[in-house]
Amino acid sequence: MATQASDFQSLSRRYTADKGFRAFIQKALGGYYKKRDENKANFRDWQGARDLAAETKYEAVNHLDTYLLEFEKKITARGAKVFWAPNAQAARDYILEVAKENGVRSIIKSKTMTSEEIHLNDALEKEGYGVFESDLGEYIVQLRKEAPFHLVFPAMHLTRGQISDLFQKELGSEATDEPEKLTMIARDVMRRKYCEADMGISGTNFAVAETGMISITENEGNARLTTSLPKIHVALLGIEKVLPRLEDLSLFLPMLATAGAGQAMTCYNTMYAGPRQPGEPDGPEQMHVVLLDNRRTELLADAEQRDALGCIRCGACLNVCPIFKNIGGYSYGTTYGGPIGSVITPHLRGLRDWKHLSAASSLCGACTEACPVKIDLHHHLLQNRRNGAKAAPNPLEKIAFGGFSLMMGRPAIYRLATTLGRVFQPLQGLVNGTILDPLRAWTGSRQFPSLAQKSFHDQWKKERGGKR
Amino acid sequence: MNPGRAIILNRIREALRNNPAPRPHTSHSQAEAAAGHNGHAQREWLPKVGAMLHEQIELFEKISEGLKTECHRVPTMEAAREVLAKLASESGWRKIASHSHRDTDALLEGISLPVVRTEKGYAIDDLESCDAGVTGCEVLVAQTGGIMVSVESAGGRALSVLPPHHVVIARASQMVPDLTAAFEHVKRRYGKNFPSFMSFITGPSRTGDIERILVLGAHGPKRLTLLLVA
Amino acid sequence: MRISLFVPCFVDQLYPNVAWSAVRVLEGLGHEVVFPAGQSCCGQPPFNSGFWDEARSAARVTMKAFRDAEVVVGPSGSCVTMMKVFYPDLFKGESDELEARELAAKTHEFSSFLVNVLGVTDVGAKFEGKVTFHDGCHGLRELGIKSEPRALLAKVKGLELIEMCEAETCCGFGGTFAVKYAPISTAMDEVKCASILKTGAGTVVSNDSSCLMQIRGMLEKEKSGIRSLHLAEILASK
Repeated sequence: MATQASDFQSLSRRYTADKGFRAFIQKALGGYYKKRDENKANFRDWQGARDLAAETKYEAVNHLDTYLLEFEKKITARGAKVFWAPNAQAARDYILEVAKENGVRSIIKSKTMTSEEIHLNDALEKEGYGVFESDLGEYIVQLRKEAPFHLVFPAMHLTRGQISDLFQKELGSEATDEPEKLTMIARDVMRRKYCEADMGISGTNFAVAETGMISITENEGNARLTTSLPKIHVALLGIEKVLPRLEDLSLFLPMLATAGAGQAMTCYNTMYAGPRQPGEPDGPEQMHVVLLDNRRTELLADAEQRDALGCIRCGACLNVCPIFKNIGGYSYGTTYGGPIGSVITPHLRGLRDWKHLSAASSLCGACTEACPVKIDLHHHLLQNRRNGAKAAPNPLEKIAFGGFSLMMGRPAIYRLATTLGRVFQPLQGLVNGTILDPLRAWTGSRQFPSLAQKSFHDQWKKERGGKR
Repeated sequence: MNPGRAIILNRIREALRNNPAPRPHTSHSQAEAAAGHNGHAQREWLPKVGAMLHEQIELFEKISEGLKTECHRVPTMEAAREVLAKLASESGWRKIASHSHRDTDALLEGISLPVVRTEKGYAIDDLESCDAGVTGCEVLVAQTGGIMVSVESAGGRALSVLPPHHVVIARASQMVPDLTAAFEHVKRRYGKNFPSFMSFITGPSRTGDIERILVLGAHGPKRLTLLLVA
Repeated sequence: MRISLFVPCFVDQLYPNVAWSAVRVLEGLGHEVVFPAGQSCCGQPPFNSGFWDEARSAARVTMKAFRDAEVVVGPSGSCVTMMKVFYPDLFKGESDELEARELAAKTHEFSSFLVNVLGVTDVGAKFEGKVTFHDGCHGLRELGIKSEPRALLAKVKGLELIEMCEAETCCGFGGTFAVKYAPISTAMDEVKCASILKTGAGTVVSNDSSCLMQIRGMLEKEKSGIRSLHLAEILASK
């Protein structure tokens, strides 16, 4: 019976076997590393910035109700409506209601992983609304009917040839292998959509409590267009996105750009304080801010891992994770992949079904090192493993480690067991690498060492006698 | 009022009640940093910006040119008009858009092209078919090479992003050192009556979504020109 | 100084020469080395898999073995991380929490001990050839060990150190991860070995035998001709 864990095994096996795919991902990330390091070096002190970012998020997350209420008060004073959605269904229903009440026909979207999380597009399309993803990468995977591959770069797994074929097939455009020409094709398609859409749905990178604003970070300009022309703006965000002060953005905007994209600043960083105000020449007549819980409060309640709510969705942890680089985004089988996804998914979707993501890691810690807000990512993976072993231990593992602890808890037994191991080692040699080999998960690709003739313990005893 | 509000607030309060989280492991004193920068600790860690205006202008030009913003430093508004006229003829502009503002009015004085004005509202298709959008700005940010626009300083939300070429007219006195200063400016200028839109524009529109290769002019303007009057 | 040697279980069983090399280096510097025989395993395997009760059983044996030790030195970044970084977490709230913290405070990784405690970088070693260094993740990110092995290798006569481009990238061992998620572990090993080959070095060195087991396992299977040695073995060469 297929489980999330077994799906993960088969997907990761498939992707790791594809060396061309792995090399392509590695190449795509190479340019990012260089630029990221250049921009980090430009900071007077990147580590000092991380410390300040971590403390700011600590303040925000640990006083979440206070800051959400302040945000709501300030932005509603300027005519925005704030809807609190306890779960995905509530969020979808509200957005559908807004669309229905306003006779919306065409919807344009800018990038929002939160909308992926709540499967918003499916719900809208089912009700007959045309939904267009305006972000180039999101548009591409939308046409391919795929999920985004990466938090920040949805189509990074596709070659220009694949994109050209896609556009030829879906849009009837000419074949081309130039990224510039491909981008212009998408640009032309989208321009019409911006001008015609009645509703624009955006995500939110940060919600500022002090001034009642939402902040959106992008490079393409599609979010600005999504929120300028249609008469309704719906902004979707997880409740954890709130920051205390406007000036916190002066730290977070450059850090998000550097960690997420290797840029000093992204092209457009826009603050929205409400719908069109009296006297303003354009902008949406209505602004709806949807605050989504969807089990984030369960993660909040886990004090040990609460800092994971500080995530700014930059994707830096994915970019440095050797697991992600070798298995790709689709192997995770859930909205949020990479290290952050492995940490939070057990909380958002259930420990039993998703603890395997925390096990599928060598705990190298590169993610924790990269995180701009200093989330203790790799230690949280350990904590998820502990929690998972308590709640739903794998019976074979429980037995194996029970035996292990019995052996290691009594050095005399350990000595005996390893002496016996030496007796049986030649037998393993006979079946090495074959289907009978109990070690074949290892020996399939790597030589397994033989036990030393005598353990260090025995050698020391012999050479140094009773000297302890 | 939706019932979800009370549900979520209760969940948050329950989650946080008597349940403290460990503080992050940090080694830099933010209190010291803040004391050294008038309460703005981030200035201790973010890239350095010179205190003199000419240093800031140089830094701004260096960064923004690296990002393909076309910067023209001009001594007078008259000179700015000349640069604009040259741009218009080289690019073959037939129609442009702008808004009423001290600097745009001065810049566009005597221009022979039709100008779609946005400040009293406009037809989307009219704006969409313009070759360029000409706006003022709130401030220029030296640290990032960014141009801050707002509803009032840039004629609304769409003028600075829909036409394929965005031209900004600004004065050197609008230069501020960093984002912190930009936010202070906005608070001073607007008090609590913030415009519904303000944006930091840092170069022409771009994307890296195809093989992480940089392409300019994804959805927003492909060209960004700054006319900086001394 | 009286140094109590901690020998990781797989060094004890598979690579005793690594332990002997550490002994020779420390004794060569004039210190007394003792080996408490009651040690078995630091407890990392069950700990990493989330079985913390079982981990505590093994850890308590280690704590007992080193109860009277003045200072504990181990040639393994990952086991020393277990003792220094994770024992305090593992024993939080337990009756022997204080003892766990005391052990954590007096335990050192071998290269860190030489450079940071003894203040030594030249141990009089000689090793001809081009060498590249793999930074074991635990040592690097949990213990902050980066410059110490390089400072020591710089003083080895005849040795030329060539940095590989993926020195800090995980080799893919990760304990039981290596067999539970073997295809991913193998892929990571491939990336590491390709990086090693690119340097042209004849030997790869690390301060963690578990990493070396992973790397050597693939280099030998691929018949690359590249040797894999522990830092202690290099430092013990004359």
